[in-house]
Amino acid sequence: MVAWPLIDQMNPAADTLALSTVDFDLTAVEEGQQVKVMWQGKPLFVRHRTKKEIDLAVKDDTASLKDPQTDAERLLQVDGAAGNAQYLIMGANCTHLGCVPLGVNDAGFKGNFSGWFCPCHGSDYDSSGRIRSGPAPTNLPVPPFKYTTDTLVKIGAKA
Amino acid sequence: MSGPSTYQPNSGFERWLDARLPIVRLAHDSFVDFPTPKNLNYWWTFGGILAFCLVVQIITGIILAMHYVPHIDHAFDSVERIRRDVNYGWLIQSIHANGASMFFLAVYIHMFRGLYFGSYKAPRELLWMLGVVIYFLMVAAAFMGYVLPWGQMSFWGATVITNLLGALPIVGESITTWLWGGFAVDNATLNRFFSLHYLIPFVIAGIVVLHIWALHVPGNNNPTGIDVKSKADTVPFHPYYTVKDGFAIVVFAMMFAAFVFFLPNALGHADNYIPANPAVTPAEIVPEWYLLPFYAILRCVPDKLLGVLAMFAAIFVLFILPWLDTSKVRSMRYRPIARQFFVVFVIACLALGFFGGQPPEGAYLIGSRIATAYYFAFFLIILPVVGLIERPQRMPETIAQSVLRGAKA
Repeated sequence: MVAWPLIDQMNPAADTLALSTVDFDLTAVEEGQQVKVMWQGKPLFVRHRTKKEIDLAVKDDTASLKDPQTDAERLLQVDGAAGNAQYLIMGANCTHLGCVPLGVNDAGFKGNFSGWFCPCHGSDYDSSGRIRSGPAPTNLPVPPFKYTTDTLVKIGAKA
Repeated sequence: MSGPSTYQPNSGFERWLDARLPIVRLAHDSFVDFPTPKNLNYWWTFGGILAFCLVVQIITGIILAMHYVPHIDHAFDSVERIRRDVNYGWLIQSIHANGASMFFLAVYIHMFRGLYFGSYKAPRELLWMLGVVIYFLMVAAAFMGYVLPWGQMSFWGATVITNLLGALPIVGESITTWLWGGFAVDNATLNRFFSLHYLIPFVIAGIVVLHIWALHVPGNNNPTGIDVKSKADTVPFHPYYTVKDGFAIVVFAMMFAAFVFFLPNALGHADNYIPANPAVTPAEIVPEWYLLPFYAILRCVPDKLLGVLAMFAAIFVLFILPWLDTSKVRSMRYRPIARQFFVVFVIACLALGFFGGQPPEGAYLIGSRIATAYYFAFFLIILPVVGLIERPQRMPETIAQSVLRGAKA
């Protein structure tokens, strides 16, 4: 229709859409530490998980989950290759209304699953970033990424 | 009804103009010689006050737009520059920010007046509906205006509210991306909010013209709710109501000035003095006070989509009000039962405003659910039923008679 250009102009522009990539050096993240990385205008969590957190995540693969996913699935690279269980990369916006949840080491953390807790309305995520309790409908989303070396990851990489 | 025009052009120029573009005639017929019920009380001055607010916001807004920069890297700093370096920028910015609150204070009183005195009832249904449209546009303009300073509350308020659209099934995500112009609230969003924030007040002005036109066809309602029957019931708008409205505007402006000069940040949120940070969510995300009732309604429903629908329904129900109220009597002055439910309704609205500013848990959550239930029950159950079963009190024969007998305000 004639009006379409007037409407479509508001959709993301070409420069915004260009699936920008971010190269991140994982050696910057200590074990038990997390870092926030901006990608496509939104923050991501990059967490260097402890053995305890990894074991907890794998153990809960079979727990009753609102958005069922195994920990291994959430570590897969964009081309289907297995990822690295030590490093969890995922979106930092709660899937309820977009607040940034607090991690286990952050002040004010009140979660029950050793993962992330959103102070806005109480969504509680486990150590794999899966929603376990609260109003959020889905797990914290995992962006497409590819390891270019053992310690360098390209976030936003295409398959 | 105004009847035939009484305008007499006095000078040669006036006659020349009247023959080509009778704009002075229109102004005379609408605002000078317009027959207005002689018993209007001070609740009727808020229309004029609102026109004053709109003009103030437009003038201060256009001036701010000469100095404000709508880019995420400069927006916050440009507002600080206005406050510190632009000559009288501190004054103009304070008037504009507090003016938004004054605008909403006036519009809520204006709306409550309409509800109590039955100004929405036939033949003024369209007048009322145009008013609801104006209110909705005010909410949109205020929401976008608050994003522009690009503080923490600007950014996160925008994030939460635009994320709500994602709740709509099927089209939700595409609409949210379209609104954002990207994958999150970002520069594209800020820039277009600036454009629309500049546009909407002029759309409002156009609809205000229709609103006043729709008013002037049947003429003003009045506190008794009974129709004008003869010239004895009216006085000319000028000088009686030009002066009365002028006085009311002066008093209103004094309260406005108290905020502008002595309490400039009282109605705002301290977190908006922190530049927006997409990586850090503030401890609480709340809108400005005039949007708190809707926030309370939104959050008291446990389901995301239903909460969004309830929030929009709260405005939509106002739209259809003329057809919900079954009473043959306009003014609640003579409706003893409806009047009591109305008082509770006002309390419910104030309660919703209070709850909107509290965390949605425990007693606050229960309270907001009760207040929300009453809000919808008032329009959908109480008004339809009470109109049918109520026995109204005795009303005066004419407006003139009600004034002579010294009726209460």
